[in-house]
Amino acid sequence: MTEVLLRVENLHVSVGDTPIIQGISLEINRGEIHAIMGRNGAGKSTLANVIMGHPAYEVTSGTIHYKGKNIEEMEVFERARAGMFLSFQYPAAIPGVQVGTFLRKSVASVRGEAPSPRAFRQELNEAMKQLDMDKSFLSRYVNDGFSGGEKKRLEILQMLLLQPDLALLDETDSGLDIDALRIVAEGINAVAKETGCLIITHYQRLLDLVKPDVVHVLIDGKIVQSGGPELALKLEKEGYDWVEALV
Amino acid sequence: MTQEAQDAVGDYKYGFHDPEAATIRFDKGLSEQVVRDISELKGEPAWMTDIRVKAYHHFMEREMPTWGNCDSLAGIDFDNVTYFLRSSDKTEKDWDDVPDDIKRTFDRLGIPEAEQKWLGGVTAQYESEAVYHSIREDLEEQGVLFLDMDSGLKEHPEIVKKYFGTVVPHTDNKFSALNTAVWSGGSFIYVPKGIHVEMPVQAYFRINAKNMGQFERTLIIADEGSSIHYVEGCTAPTYSTDSLHSAVVELIAMEGAKIRYSTVQNWSANVYNLVTKRGVAYKNATVEWVDGNIGSKLTMKYPAVLLKGEGAHAEVISVAYAGEGQHQDAGAKVHHLAPNTTSNILSKSISKNGGRSSYRGMLQVTPKASGCRSKVVCDALMLDEDSRSDTYPTMEIGNSTADLEHEASVSKVSGDQLFYLMSRGHTEEEAMGLIVNGFFEPFTRELPMEYAVELNRLLELEMEGSIG
Repeated sequence: MTEVLLRVENLHVSVGDTPIIQGISLEINRGEIHAIMGRNGAGKSTLANVIMGHPAYEVTSGTIHYKGKNIEEMEVFERARAGMFLSFQYPAAIPGVQVGTFLRKSVASVRGEAPSPRAFRQELNEAMKQLDMDKSFLSRYVNDGFSGGEKKRLEILQMLLLQPDLALLDETDSGLDIDALRIVAEGINAVAKETGCLIITHYQRLLDLVKPDVVHVLIDGKIVQSGGPELALKLEKEGYDWVEALV
Repeated sequence: MTQEAQDAVGDYKYGFHDPEAATIRFDKGLSEQVVRDISELKGEPAWMTDIRVKAYHHFMEREMPTWGNCDSLAGIDFDNVTYFLRSSDKTEKDWDDVPDDIKRTFDRLGIPEAEQKWLGGVTAQYESEAVYHSIREDLEEQGVLFLDMDSGLKEHPEIVKKYFGTVVPHTDNKFSALNTAVWSGGSFIYVPKGIHVEMPVQAYFRINAKNMGQFERTLIIADEGSSIHYVEGCTAPTYSTDSLHSAVVELIAMEGAKIRYSTVQNWSANVYNLVTKRGVAYKNATVEWVDGNIGSKLTMKYPAVLLKGEGAHAEVISVAYAGEGQHQDAGAKVHHLAPNTTSNILSKSISKNGGRSSYRGMLQVTPKASGCRSKVVCDALMLDEDSRSDTYPTMEIGNSTADLEHEASVSKVSGDQLFYLMSRGHTEEEAMGLIVNGFFEPFTRELPMEYAVELNRLLELEMEGSIG
């Protein structure tokens, strides 16, 4: 049975007076992976951020439904607690807050109760092993002085622990070398069956490892073309000029 | 608590007060007679009475400071302060013997529990004097003296006479003069040569009565090659009128000794907290101040270290949190008086809801102090537009071989940080709490764990209801 997790209808979004997203409609079912591709400035990150509820973006018209509910009035933390997750393109550093503490508190917030220390430790060990992360990570400060790759791994680690229903992955592949990319892709694949995924990317290379069900091409804040995985391959080979010609 | 007072302090957790049960209470106001009466009541030797009277006259003649927050200082009404209040006739060694109402207070503050778990000794001071005191037997057997200051003077007058007022003379400033005139309570510690006191010893200072002045006097002497960690906590109830806390702390670290003095002051928002803390470090000795200032109406406190012997080291780590109507004027002073001395100063402050925090620092290197190194870092975090942060660093460098670093930063909580944390299920207040705890972490990690946990909890409470 299909469960519609996310339904975006004719969404328009502005930052200040500048319209960024100009009429996007999209539907993601549980277990589906959607990829959004497009050039810089097309509005890809804005879409992910506005779904998560970033206060800098204003929905000027259209709606976002999550699990059948209009989420316009939901606070960012309420969206997170309802099972939405955003893997950030540029995660913020929180100096002085240890990764271990941060993970434990986040898991407690999202789940509504603190896991037992022992169960949590075990869960954490497994997830870190899966992502080939060293335990020393836990005593470092959140994203403080992290390399690009380390930040992305921490994002995926959080995704594994928070077990979201809807995962928004914003340029998760950027800044990763081939080995890290494979590990991160395995992480995504591990949750993808139970989750709805929206993957935002420039490149085909992540999509070689995480098979999308649907690929959307975003130009100037609009989806101009949707298709299967072959669309991503075509973009990789031929660039965006031919899609732009369609607009 | 009056509504006015409630509004002034918000959710100050220690704002409760208990009925006053004074066995002796002096009339408000200060005179030479009051000073003599305190001394006589305590049965002090004549030399101490003389010091007190001298200090009293100096206090009367000395002008108020002309720097810092003069407007706020002008609000102190010295005639409306109770200078001495005795709540219990003696200092008990058994917790069960402490009068019930006082015991209840300290129970609520978690003191006896802490002692059982992780302390080498405890003094609990209520108003002017210690009501409870204990020290682990093994420390006592090693010759470690840990007493409240009044008992210290009674039992070891020769040591007190030798060191009292040598680090902070009564002429140092108006408030050190006041303290010297009317001091009561505080801690007296002597650690013999080569003894390392592994577990921290703690004193807890509680003001309960209205318009009370608390003037504890602490003297810690670590003899050659010894070490000790002293922890101090303070709270007061919330009244709509002001109380005055004016302590003097003197530390003496002999050759190769190490003293760490950790404070978490969590006064209610009606307390003037005007404290002089200074330590002397002789050859290869270390003095460390770990100083946390939460609450109070006005704090003026600049823990200082005189590096008198070659190779001595000073460490001052301080945090200040200024909420609504509060001014934290804090900092550090380090005087490099001998060659190859080193110092680290780290100061972190947070201002919120129109609160003001100031860093006031002094770094001195005298001409004969060659080869010194010092690093000063001041970071200020502002949580909103109404708050204020200033930095007043002073440097007097008389020797060109000194290696000095100074960094200062003022930052605001970024929207990106808040959004990131909120996307992980944290409310805005919780997110703010995490950021604030993280900002203070370099300080918190220096505290005994129990204090660190308590401080983090306190800061999280401060963040509650703070976001509109």
